[in-house]
Amino acid sequence: MSKLDGKLAAAKDLFLKKYETFESGLNGSYNAPFNETRKSALNAFSNVGLPSNRLEDWKYTNISPLLKHDYKLSATARNLTADDLSKFLFEGLENNLMVFVNGRFNKSLSNYTVAEAGVVVDNLRHQVDSGSDVVKDHLSRHAGFEEEGFVALNTAFAHDGVFVSVPDNTEVAEPIHVLYISDSADGEFFAAPRNLIVAGKNSKVAVVESYHALRGSDHAYLNNVVTEIVAEENANVEHIKIQDEDRQAYHICRSQSHIKRDSKVTQINIDMGGRLVRNDLNMEMSDQNCEAELIGLYMGTGRQHIDNHTFIDHAMPHCLSTELYKGILGGKAQGVFNGKVMVRQDAQKTNAYQTNQALLLTDDAVINSKPELEIYADDVKCSHGATVGQLDEEALFYLRSRGIPRDKAHSLLQYAFASDVLGYIGLDNVREQLEARVVERFHTL
Amino acid sequence: MLTIKNLQASIEDNQILKGLNLEIKPGEVHAIMGPNGSGKSTLANVLAGREEYEVDGGEVLFDGEDLLDMGPEDRAREGLFLAFQYPVEIPGVSNANFLKHAVNEIREHRGLEKLDAMDFLTMVKDRLKLVEMDQKFLHRSVNEGFSGGEKKRNEIFQLAVLEPKLAIMDETDSGLDIDALKIVANGINKLRGEDRSFLVITHYQRLLNYIVPDYVHVLVDGQIVESGDKSLALELEKNGYDAILERI
Amino acid sequence: MMDENEIIEERIKSDYKWGFTTDIENDTVPKGLNEDTVRLISQKKEEPEWMLEWRLEAYRHWLTMTEPKWPHVNYPDIDFQDAYYYAAPKQQKKLDSLDEVDPKLLETFDKLGISIAEQKRLTGVAVDAVMDSVSVATTFKKELAEKGIIFCSFSEAIREHPDLVRKYMGSVVPQTDNFYAALNSAVFTDGSFCYIPEGVRCPMELSTYFRINAANTGQFERTLIVAEPGSYVSYLEGCTAPMRDENQLHAAVVEIIAHKDAEVKYSTVQNWYPGDENGKGGIYNFVTKRGLCAGENAKISWTQVETGSAITWKYPSVVLQGDNSVGEFYSVALTNNFQQADTGTKMIHVGKNTRSTIISKGISAGRSNNSYRGLVKVVKGASNARNFSQCDSLLIGDRCGAHTFPYLEIADSSAKVEHEATTSKIGEDQLFYCNQRGLDTEAAIGIIVNGYCKEVFRELPMEFAVEAQKLLAISLEGSVG
Repeated sequence: MSKLDGKLAAAKDLFLKKYETFESGLNGSYNAPFNETRKSALNAFSNVGLPSNRLEDWKYTNISPLLKHDYKLSATARNLTADDLSKFLFEGLENNLMVFVNGRFNKSLSNYTVAEAGVVVDNLRHQVDSGSDVVKDHLSRHAGFEEEGFVALNTAFAHDGVFVSVPDNTEVAEPIHVLYISDSADGEFFAAPRNLIVAGKNSKVAVVESYHALRGSDHAYLNNVVTEIVAEENANVEHIKIQDEDRQAYHICRSQSHIKRDSKVTQINIDMGGRLVRNDLNMEMSDQNCEAELIGLYMGTGRQHIDNHTFIDHAMPHCLSTELYKGILGGKAQGVFNGKVMVRQDAQKTNAYQTNQALLLTDDAVINSKPELEIYADDVKCSHGATVGQLDEEALFYLRSRGIPRDKAHSLLQYAFASDVLGYIGLDNVREQLEARVVERFHTL
Repeated sequence: MLTIKNLQASIEDNQILKGLNLEIKPGEVHAIMGPNGSGKSTLANVLAGREEYEVDGGEVLFDGEDLLDMGPEDRAREGLFLAFQYPVEIPGVSNANFLKHAVNEIREHRGLEKLDAMDFLTMVKDRLKLVEMDQKFLHRSVNEGFSGGEKKRNEIFQLAVLEPKLAIMDETDSGLDIDALKIVANGINKLRGEDRSFLVITHYQRLLNYIVPDYVHVLVDGQIVESGDKSLALELEKNGYDAILERI
Repeated sequence: MMDENEIIEERIKSDYKWGFTTDIENDTVPKGLNEDTVRLISQKKEEPEWMLEWRLEAYRHWLTMTEPKWPHVNYPDIDFQDAYYYAAPKQQKKLDSLDEVDPKLLETFDKLGISIAEQKRLTGVAVDAVMDSVSVATTFKKELAEKGIIFCSFSEAIREHPDLVRKYMGSVVPQTDNFYAALNSAVFTDGSFCYIPEGVRCPMELSTYFRINAANTGQFERTLIVAEPGSYVSYLEGCTAPMRDENQLHAAVVEIIAHKDAEVKYSTVQNWYPGDENGKGGIYNFVTKRGLCAGENAKISWTQVETGSAITWKYPSVVLQGDNSVGEFYSVALTNNFQQADTGTKMIHVGKNTRSTIISKGISAGRSNNSYRGLVKVVKGASNARNFSQCDSLLIGDRCGAHTFPYLEIADSSAKVEHEATTSKIGEDQLFYCNQRGLDTEAAIGIIVNGYCKEVFRELPMEFAVEAQKLLAISLEGSVG
């Protein structure tokens, strides 16, 4: 057994031990069916454990830094006021806000009024407790945990998260903002946010999910997130995730989208924070004429390690997927991109396009990129392109010769590189505000 | 040479040709004009044997043989040539190589000796002059990266090399400027002969200033509604299709 | 210009035409693999002690290794004890000239279309023919020797040029490199050795033909090419095997060392028996090929046309150690019926200003699976590394698979790496256009596929290019429904 294997086994045992405490903390509040799921997930976790970098899917990401902490299952956060949150909010979305602090729903900070009839925006725990049919039909039905250690861990320990259910033929006018705040002043902690978004037939909804830490969060923490998205026939879902965790934080996220006939899901992922970040973004196109857009921008500096794995599964004919991922890496940051597109035998007339590009700003930054195409149908148009490079010296010189200072020229060019990613955001005010934050971040790279 | 009787054809369950009749004798040049969507290109594609088109009825005899019974390559070998409205790009395959295959397939079918590399080159170089094209052209991939005009000239060049009995020109003039049009028309005129017939499909009368047809037919909604000589084309130019439609 | 009409005629005959066996008495060692087998092989080859030791080291390490399972291929476990590891055509005495070679052997090579005698007289390609692991004839040796070029069988090199062999063997592909390289290092029986002295431009193509003839044998040959500073050589390799129902293993190792300003071009036309149309039989081709650009401005170029083998598993690689060195990989891999290929390259950029180009064309037909797997690695400090990769897949029929697994590992910010991949099928409109010009569908596919592969064929020496085109046509037979 290698050193890493030992650490992985020890961490697994620690979590298994903690489950009892966790379960008793549930106070029987979770209803029976989901408790059964938790138990199977715990069982699966006990079988597969945490991933070692000997697995092809974890080849470039060694999770050992994450293993050396003794995470508490609940951590007390400082008392927060609305002012503390203000810098994390989006202008215009203040009244559509769901707030979670250290994985717990905070009702007093949340502010959500449902405008459209039948739309449910709630915390998941409440929906599970009240025996919601949508929960029964969809929770843990899409993100399989049998082979996935972190998904199993989340499913067993899932505490709370956002629940969005949109009835058929309903367009939700205002985007929903889900804000996850972490405060580790109290000590190292583990949270398992669990989100479920179900959009009914002919419906439309947009959700912005953001992860931030409070200043002075001195300890490491682990956010192990799972989000399931279901788009029923002819639905349109836009999901924007902004990950700006503390630089000591570990963020492991799995999102699973189940896309039905004629529907479209757009996911936009902006990664800025975190010490070690791993996103697994899966899109399953289960019927004809679906569309998936998977768009990402990651920025790393210092010793950040940001790993994005995407998987687009074309199972049926006449679907389109577009994937665009860009990374900017400075300091000693490490980036990983693994984008897999699978076109199964029945998925004729598939169009799948993937582009991933990385900019290395320093000699110590590293990118490992693996775009994969696995194709079993013949009447398809698939392509992928990957490039790694640096800022164009010619362009830099040109800008400077026009009087623009070096660092400004740098961020201008970085912005030029990243702007088409942000261009995919359909919500104008979110895009503009996000652009400003991203540009600000460029100065720190 | 070509006899079309009551031809009906459809694509994706839309009937396009609704009982078309036409007789072309050796050496004749026929022009077919018609508004957009009248079935001009469908006629060209059905005659060449494109599979997406379903023939629902009628018959087509080519030199007395049932044309509709043959695969597209057999029609080509029998001497039917289609100048494509949108010539297809085949990356990596040089014009010379492509034509050498085609020439020898057709020669073999006609019971002629295959041409060796030298004879073939001599022949194609001669034909290149007809469309005023450079020899470099032979080494470029078929239609790849060609301008619209070059593609159309390439079609005429292939026509010259393959020496068909019947050439169908599917909107060969569309998208050409006047100089390119003259070159194309000139090429076609030089290739006219007692044994070679042409079916010129066009939307514009201007081509017929350069290629003078023996007959002009007006195709509307899948049928030939009027036939005449070149004066019919001039009338069309002057009064438009509506005038003819009113008359009938 | 190549005559592609011939190709079309060839199509009509649909069998694997290299599938004959030759009735030659074989000298084998008993089935199975243990230290004694290794000793016996070494003894039969009258090898020096150091060679035996080297083999045993490899063997002992091999025992600790496990078969790699990551390639995208499926096959039943191989029983390494159920094969012969040495099968040599029996010869009574050492041969001084070609005239003394067993006429049946020469006949075999005639059938392969590589009549050695003929080659020697007419074409000016020097040939080393290896049958069932033993080198049987090398032509043009004298002419080459005048320039100081050594081109001989590996056994002869061990005898005659032990210093060179000891210096370079295992320097690029160590005995312990991977499971099959270790196996090869333990039991290899022959192969080719080629040495080009400083400043010499080899005046002719050097060529090796490999053939597996005997049943139940694995073929384990090694090739070692050393190009001294400023030298140039173009090296060709061709392979065939008889049709047999059981699978046979071919695990070769090729090492290339290119010193400062040297250039080595290595071309392969691989046509091992692929198995029948139901996937029965065929060669398992598990090969390790690697070149080292040891000095400045060195250049190594791999060109491969892979149409044979039931399973192919190979990644001809270049380690770009010298500054300004260049690595190239041009590949056409065609799979039909039940063939599986997992092939590609590795370009390891170590020196400064190094460049690599990868052009890979995969064609899948029938029920086959064809994967490109390639690594571009730029280590820290390999400044201004440049790579361009283009991987295209063409699918013919809807029961096959085409996969692309490129790995880009970049740890230097001045690197520029570009990768492009496309997957497509032959367009209906292209086929119709060809049909309209008198070509039938099969002929149309033939020329479209050859056009698609042109960028790779262009890199092959002329006679190989013609052969490659024919092979492609034959391998695609029956793939059009």
